[in-house]
Amino acid sequence: MRKFDLLITGVGGQGIILASDIIAEAALAAGYDVKKTDTLGMAQRGGSVVSHVRIGPRVWSPLIKEGEVDILVALEKLEAARWGHYLRYGAIAIVNNHTLPPLPVNLGNERYPTDEEITNILRQRSDRIYFINGTNLTRKLGNIRTLNMFMLGCASLFLPLKVNTWKEIISHRLPSNKRQINITAFGQGRKEIRSVCI
Amino acid sequence: MVKLLSGNEALALGAYHAGVGVATSYPGTPSTEILEYMARFDDVYAEWSTNEKVAVEVALGAAYAGTRSLASMKHVGLNVASDPFMAAATTGVNAGMVIISADDPGIHSSQNEQDNRHYAKLAKVPMLEPTDSQEAYDLMAYAFDISERFDTPVLVRTTTRISHSKSVVKVNRSQVIPAKQRGFQHNVEKYVMLPVYARLRRPLIEERLVKLAAFAETFPLNQVQWGERYLGVVTTGVAYQYAREVFPKASFLKLSMTYPLPQNLIRHFVDQVDRIIVIEELDPFLQESIQAMGIKVTGKEFIPRLGELNVGIIGEASGTAQLLTKTSPRQSFDTLQKLPQRPPLLCPGCPHTGLFFVLSSIGQRAKSPKAKNKAPKELKLIITGDIGCYTLGAYHPLNAMDTCACMGASIGQALGMVKAGISNKVVAVIGDSTFLHSGITPLLNAVYNEGQITVIILDNRTTAMTGHQDHPGTGISAQGKETKAVELEHLVRGMGISDVKVVDAFNIKGIRSAVRNSLDSPELSVIIVRGDCSVHVPKRSEPRVVDTEKCNGCGICLMLGCPAIQRENEQVYIDTALCVGNACTICQQICPQQAIVPESKTRR
Ligand SMILES: Cc1ncc(C[n+]2csc(CCOP(=O)(O)OP(=O)(O)O)c2C)c(N)n1
Repeated sequence: MRKFDLLITGVGGQGIILASDIIAEAALAAGYDVKKTDTLGMAQRGGSVVSHVRIGPRVWSPLIKEGEVDILVALEKLEAARWGHYLRYGAIAIVNNHTLPPLPVNLGNERYPTDEEITNILRQRSDRIYFINGTNLTRKLGNIRTLNMFMLGCASLFLPLKVNTWKEIISHRLPSNKRQINITAFGQGRKEIRSVCI
Repeated sequence: MVKLLSGNEALALGAYHAGVGVATSYPGTPSTEILEYMARFDDVYAEWSTNEKVAVEVALGAAYAGTRSLASMKHVGLNVASDPFMAAATTGVNAGMVIISADDPGIHSSQNEQDNRHYAKLAKVPMLEPTDSQEAYDLMAYAFDISERFDTPVLVRTTTRISHSKSVVKVNRSQVIPAKQRGFQHNVEKYVMLPVYARLRRPLIEERLVKLAAFAETFPLNQVQWGERYLGVVTTGVAYQYAREVFPKASFLKLSMTYPLPQNLIRHFVDQVDRIIVIEELDPFLQESIQAMGIKVTGKEFIPRLGELNVGIIGEASGTAQLLTKTSPRQSFDTLQKLPQRPPLLCPGCPHTGLFFVLSSIGQRAKSPKAKNKAPKELKLIITGDIGCYTLGAYHPLNAMDTCACMGASIGQALGMVKAGISNKVVAVIGDSTFLHSGITPLLNAVYNEGQITVIILDNRTTAMTGHQDHPGTGISAQGKETKAVELEHLVRGMGISDVKVVDAFNIKGIRSAVRNSLDSPELSVIIVRGDCSVHVPKRSEPRVVDTEKCNGCGICLMLGCPAIQRENEQVYIDTALCVGNACTICQQICPQQAIVPESKTRR
């Protein structure tokens, strides 16, 4: 049994807490020790959100140490860059290729980094950076609110948990009228990352 | 049964399994969820109290009456509740009573940072601190036993990281321990704190402390965990988890009862290790107590006393203190440029936005992008503020708040400024939940002492900041029951204020004329700005869009700071997925070019 430290980042309202809850519960169901913690601050109101999920034979600190993240899942590009220094060398970064400009950018006071700059920031730690068109693909699926499950599907490829475990936990956590579309989004994400990294 | 529970969930479940009958709270991060979980149990009475002082008084009444009770609050809540807390420490309880203080090291969502462990020492009551969700669950059963056994309220101190982290919990009790029915016993010497009786209680408190210290020696969750003897770490709370990771080989004394301290256990531990350090978040609470025992320990000489700790911080600090032979220095990382911040914002459709836009434009506070160099026409308004979502009105681009200290402070501060004789007009801005929490008495004070101020109550009919809890103004109880709803305008008029205006939060003209009128008024006036929190607006309809033909790019709409209004390549546009539409229309009302229109009007 090895350890996995996952960081899920994005913007308030993107469903990051639910996504990290599901990872934690799936890992618990698979027999791992688990801790997860969210740093929210006042993030409900459109601020940055980051969730730490730690999985392993025995977990002490709920917070992941800087430079030790194995998998970064970012639902927004700027938020991926913001947490780049948390990656360990050779980590996996799955980044939703989507821009949500924060207010200082809209007001013209600050500049949103270019794709190249974001890539260069992350490249300092790893070459395994995968940009995924999650927002577009889930829009095609009919509901961009499933983006969190789509990105979870992407991350699941790198975790030693059974697809059925994931589906069970997702079903358990979502109301019946949203179950199917979210499980579909999860499956699509898993398929998409496969096509991107091979 | 094994479950993944947050610290708050575990505290609530632990309290429930310990037979709590009455649970009270006022919302406040990171404590809020404790009462939200308690409210789900049908056989518990759970309430949102108007404030923390009331919450502790209700819990104390329940305990006097023989029912186990729980009052939970954030750290600053205990400041508000400190009077009944000290009183409870003096009278003691009858059935068990536990007070949970959820501290916020790192100030994730608070107005200050304070270490509430000092309250245990001040009140001379026992204190328990969980290191994870399992302990949060287990400690609650102990807390109620201790409370009854020693006739004292018990302080359980948690922190944001404990309350908001999930970890694995073995729930070993599936049912509630039936609480002993005790009833209330008439006993003036115990319950009526006239000086004569209070003097009788005083020695009992000291005796209680001696007994508690003896109990702490054998408290099962105060644990020595032997490793190598080169280093002994005394620690508590979440710092224990970090320290275990930083020093995998050291010996540990983990304290989960941190007041009063088990002195013999500490001496026994200290005697058997070569070097001793204390690792704790915030103040050197344990360290100073251990030093006072005549033991040489270090800790805060290298561990920071402010903010949250983590494995990295403790590791680095321990490196400098030569406690670690191998340290891994932080690897360099270049972010290439300063990344733009993403500050929290008032939501699209927020009923607070319109008022702040008006306040910001009256009195020349705001600088519209094109009017930067105009000389100010009138004296700047002073806006004393309060705590809630609306505190975000202090941020750019609204810039419409000058103070924010603690809940309810805006009104008293405004009066103080006027009485100090400044010539500016002073406006106090306060949310509905905050007003009911601690704004009523200062308003009464301003009436009594004849303060010529304008008080604006932002009535969004909820406690939005902490996750939309009900309050006396909404008429719905914590457990979802319909109760009486207080009418703010009646309440205010009842204090003797005659200049009371109620305005629609989404009518800019209405707000502007009410504010101007109040500023000119020779007497104290109250404006109630009423509009539902956008999270509660059931249907979004007809989003607004920018007619690019008419838009001249003045940027006035951007001064609202609405997240739905965005800009790409100098062209302003509205994200129709975010815009709430007809329920708001503020941007449409303020656009000088009438360039903002309902979506349907552009598809002609
Ligand atoms: C003594 C104290 N208790 C609780 C809190 C947490 N808290 C901050 S603001 C607030 C209430 C906000 O409600 P309201 O005044 O209605 O404003 P809204 O957020 O709805 O705009 C609460 C509960 C606090 N800061 N201090």
